Amino acid sequence: MMFSSLEGLVFLEGLKSCLDLLFGEQEEQLGQPSPLQFISTSDLKALFDFVQVSLTPASSDSWKGPVLLVDDLSVLLSLGATAVAVLDFIHYCRVVVCSQLKGNIVVLVHSNEDSEDEENELVVNSLCHHSDLILWVEGLVTGFCKDVHGQVMHWRAWRDVVQTYQYKIQDKNVTFFARGLSAAVL
Amino acid sequence: MAAAAGGTAQGRGATSFQRKAADGSRLATVVGTRPSVRHGQLLLSSGLPSLDCVLGGGIAVGTLLLIEEDKYALYSNLLFKYFLAEGVVCGHDLFVASAKEHPDNILKELPAPLLDEQRNELGEEATAVKSEDFQDSMKIAWRYQNLPKIEASPTTSTKFGHYYDISKTMSPELFQSIKWHSFYLPEELSLQPTVKTCNMNSAYGRLLLSIQRVIYQEGFDGSDPQKKQKNILRIGIQNLGSLLWGDDICCSDTPEDIHSLTKFLYVLRGLLRKSLSACIITIPAHLIENKAIMERVTNLSDTVVGLESFIGSERETNPLYKDYHGLVHVRQIPRLNSLICDVSDTKDLAFRLKRKLFTIERLHLPPDLSDTVSRTSKQELAGSAKLLSSGCGAMAIGKKHLDF
Repeated sequence: MMFSSLEGLVFLEGLKSCLDLLFGEQEEQLGQPSPLQFISTSDLKALFDFVQVSLTPASSDSWKGPVLLVDDLSVLLSLGATAVAVLDFIHYCRVVVCSQLKGNIVVLVHSNEDSEDEENELVVNSLCHHSDLILWVEGLVTGFCKDVHGQVMHWRAWRDVVQTYQYKIQDKNVTFFARGLSAAVL
Repeated sequence: MAAAAGGTAQGRGATSFQRKAADGSRLATVVGTRPSVRHGQLLLSSGLPSLDCVLGGGIAVGTLLLIEEDKYALYSNLLFKYFLAEGVVCGHDLFVASAKEHPDNILKELPAPLLDEQRNELGEEATAVKSEDFQDSMKIAWRYQNLPKIEASPTTSTKFGHYYDISKTMSPELFQSIKWHSFYLPEELSLQPTVKTCNMNSAYGRLLLSIQRVIYQEGFDGSDPQKKQKNILRIGIQNLGSLLWGDDICCSDTPEDIHSLTKFLYVLRGLLRKSLSACIITIPAHLIENKAIMERVTNLSDTVVGLESFIGSERETNPLYKDYHGLVHVRQIPRLNSLICDVSDTKDLAFRLKRKLFTIERLHLPPDLSDTVSRTSKQELAGSAKLLSSGCGAMAIGKKHLDF
């Protein structure tokens, strides 16, 4: 799990922080609660506080357009946070980042159509309703293909149009093309 | 080689291409590893060269390989032992954790490495038949003659990884040079807990603490690079998530504690990422009724391979599968330093247990040698051929779906 904001790039690397939380020295934790405290208390407040402190600019004279990137939100569920707590967390982040600081939030979640993870589906559905732009990336229904690795659908909240592109991933970049314009067909 | 390449480049004076020779040689100093051609990450062998090939060259250091056990955990246990045996042969340190079998016994039953000459003898019969086949020109199906020959089992060109003879156990002398640590749950439970468990199952908490201690005390975290020769720690955890670990996810559809296993995997991955180690875990996926847990576990692992044995299923007697003992499903391969993972060109893989060797091969149908054109069970065969894989077409049956 990783959080970052582009203003001065603040990273919170979950894998590293959780080691400090579990195996770190006792004294360090007295000063400030770890952002990943929710692993033991299942309370996401410390994480939100971290986001708020990191993104709020020191001087209020200039707007810098903070961006909060969350990779990936589904992991919070695996670490013991409830779906409602995760949605609350995102809601608080939206209030601070989108509304107060006029910034953006980009969130990655896992989902697939035949998933049985109801908690995760709840988070995904709810996020879909709150998002302005949704990119839905999935593999082809008909299976693996060498020239087309999958398709990405995107739609905006205020327009009822779904656009679909297919893509092929190379080592360093991804090429997008309209359906049926892949090297496999042409 | 590097010098020669550099020389020609300078001579022409036009190319900007330069080999990263210095980088590669620095990485290659650890025994039993090699840098990946594709992404430069340090790879180690899983002990089964055909599995290495399927996984894109090997297991990257610092990653987690999750094996979904077959029904009776026969074949997953073999993979587990191969992984540890490869560690012994390469001189890596081992950490073996188990709740069922004592780690000492697991180590005693590791397969013996096959020397090159012995392996050649085993393979000789097969190659002899092959060369005979291809020497004389084809008279009937002559159009097929120029087609490239297809190797049944995927192999790598360079020498990496060893073969093991499962009919013999490894000689005790080989163990003397390596260091190994064991974690046997019933023994550990009697000791006092000293870890903040974070609402985690106490068995998992103890295991994490034990792994963390080994990594830090033996210097696998790279904290003291001058101390000694770098080495790799191979961690093996058996039957994780089973009832023996005190986990209830295998018992009910709505277990009380669904987060212990995922928390454990998350912290374990944190430990692996920061150290020179690689981990293999076997997990009884078929016993976990709540599929949401397996989805999360898969997301939290790097490489996931599922084994499906034919024992006890109707496929055991199916003529389609008479050459194989089960199917291999590669569910996830990590993308390291690259947007794309190493995907092998075929998705249909099967495994076979020979007298001495366990191999993973491309699944292919046996030739139809019967005199009559129509087999009695042809309909059944066609039906089961559809079930072969979730590959192209299988999911779209009846849907009339066209992607492009």
